[in-house]
Amino acid sequence: MSTTIDKAPSTAAQIQDANQPRWKRMGKRWAGYGILIFFALIYLYPFMIQIATSFKTDADAVANPTSLVPDPFTMRAWERLFDGTLPFPTWLGNSIVVTLCVTVGRVFFNSLAGYALSRLKFRGREFLFLALLAIMSVPGVVLLIPRFLVLRELGIWNTYYAMIIPLLVDAAGIFIMKQFFDSIPISIEEAARIDGAGTFRTFWSVVLPMAVPALVTVTILSFQGSWNEFTHFLIAVQSPELFTLTLGLAQLTSGQLGSGQQFPLTLAAALLTTIPVAIMFFIFQKRIVRGASEGAVKG
Amino acid sequence: MKARNLTGWLFVAPAVIILVTFLVAPIFMALWVSVTNWNGLGSPFDAGGQTEFVGLENYQALLFEPGLNRDLFMTSLRNNFFYVLFVVPLQTVLALTLALAVNQRFLKGRGFFRTAFYFPSVTSAVAISVVFLFLFQNRGVVNTILGNIGIQGPAWFSDARGVFHIWFENLTPVNMISDPPTWATQTGFLGLTVYDWTAGPSVAMTTIIMLVTWTTAGTFMLMFIAALQDISGEVEEAAMVDGTTGWQKLRYVVIPMLKPTLFLVITLGLIGTWQVFDQVYVMSQGAPANTTLTPAFLSYRESFLNFAYGRGAAMAFLLFAIIIFFTLVQRWFLRDKDAIAEKKAAKAQRKRAQAAAAAAGATAGTPTGSV
Repeated sequence: MSTTIDKAPSTAAQIQDANQPRWKRMGKRWAGYGILIFFALIYLYPFMIQIATSFKTDADAVANPTSLVPDPFTMRAWERLFDGTLPFPTWLGNSIVVTLCVTVGRVFFNSLAGYALSRLKFRGREFLFLALLAIMSVPGVVLLIPRFLVLRELGIWNTYYAMIIPLLVDAAGIFIMKQFFDSIPISIEEAARIDGAGTFRTFWSVVLPMAVPALVTVTILSFQGSWNEFTHFLIAVQSPELFTLTLGLAQLTSGQLGSGQQFPLTLAAALLTTIPVAIMFFIFQKRIVRGASEGAVKG
Repeated sequence: MKARNLTGWLFVAPAVIILVTFLVAPIFMALWVSVTNWNGLGSPFDAGGQTEFVGLENYQALLFEPGLNRDLFMTSLRNNFFYVLFVVPLQTVLALTLALAVNQRFLKGRGFFRTAFYFPSVTSAVAISVVFLFLFQNRGVVNTILGNIGIQGPAWFSDARGVFHIWFENLTPVNMISDPPTWATQTGFLGLTVYDWTAGPSVAMTTIIMLVTWTTAGTFMLMFIAALQDISGEVEEAAMVDGTTGWQKLRYVVIPMLKPTLFLVITLGLIGTWQVFDQVYVMSQGAPANTTLTPAFLSYRESFLNFAYGRGAAMAFLLFAIIIFFTLVQRWFLRDKDAIAEKKAAKAQRKRAQAAAAAAGATAGTPTGSV
């Protein structure tokens, strides 16, 4: 009995998938789910551990690292983040201020520049576009010393300006906006022009409202990029009162604040650093996924 | 005409000013610093200051002069090379595997899994590094799980032994670690012994390798998914009718069609992996025994902690050269592909034009063949 079934696939494979025996299709399906669940565990378990550990005591976190159930359950780590013993609220505030400024700036300046590169005819436009492509390939890590130098020379090192201004524009964002403006028909703008609207007026009240999808993409990318930014802030500021979440978290982890092995505390801080981006991600998931693959193809 | 120029430049002015001030100009400033001995005091651009022009001395010290500086830089290059050697293939294979797993049409809930796999890519590298620090503690999550299946995990963050050496020790009679052969420890080049050059990534480095593979695979998975969706169902059906097995279909149909995406993912991987910094900063700071030191981190350390800005800047430019090399390879390939596609299109058009002309010239009813 079993031998005849075992021999079935060699003939079944010759014909179409739909004609496969039921058990084989079921097997394929279960194997598919098995693989997905295996990888999902690898991807979700670390975050589950992180959440669980943030509600554990230090001793429990060390003694039962793999357990997903805190025993005893405690809010101590979360309380410590906000009870004033750590400058955590300052970091959170700085991250919010910097991220908001950078995002607003990028959305506005990137769309201005993207629009000009796509629609306005002016001397030097082709050169600017080529320069932009070149700038896009400058790797971030080699900018540490250069940025530090210019911030010092301008006398704004170790200020909010140093954290925000260099990030106000990004070449990739300009590129995304330009691509978008290239893709929408020009006729509506021309109609507005004929009605006598100036270039900026046309851009502001006619073109930008049509560009909402691209603006959302740039907003998401700016938010995520500046919230997660680490290296630029590392060289731009020194005073602890200017630290963002990422800087503070790195300091907290290295034990400089007497927090060496307090994993519930550091994991809670890391979790709070992750949550805003996570919320953004779940709201705009479809757009992020599409944006990422589009950027990849064109990038 | 003049007014149009002015409007155009006004629109791009904020972007141009910021990019020139904080990106283009600083690169030239750093290029100058890389040929000085600036130590962070005063301004490196002050003609009357203490800063001296030293020519290519900083570059020489890193590349040609025997000494501690070259040893450290070569060590960082070696570490990063082994890191790239592991991360790029691993993340590419993992990304493709995830994409194929998520792309099976007969499964439900694929959106959920895709989200789960992509999520680490959007989170902060610092935050994720903190999680991995916890997972890989000596008696942490990973070692507990390994212990449950009878494997004794290493002391991940303090183990400086090279992975290749460990494999050699375990698989051959040569005691690569307890009694390394003298020919390997006594000969060498560029400041490191043959033994050091062939160590492979240290155990500590493998934690960063796993972390980065795990995080970035999600991004590349999306690229593969986009490419897989472009492979039409017809091709797959044709393959199925031909009686191919799943593996044959993957090997001979799907992967060849994914070639452009594979190339993109690999070159993006090469560009990205030479820049590893945040994870090193949070997880190891170059320790143990400098085996997780990377050029990006060393450049930071030399400049901002040891105040040797000239040498730090020189390292940054050498690293820049490595990354630009891979960027150019990628650009060249993509442009080449576009050019080929254009040529093909032009050829096809010529053919069509000829065919049309032939059809117009010929009497009706003469088939001109399929295009």
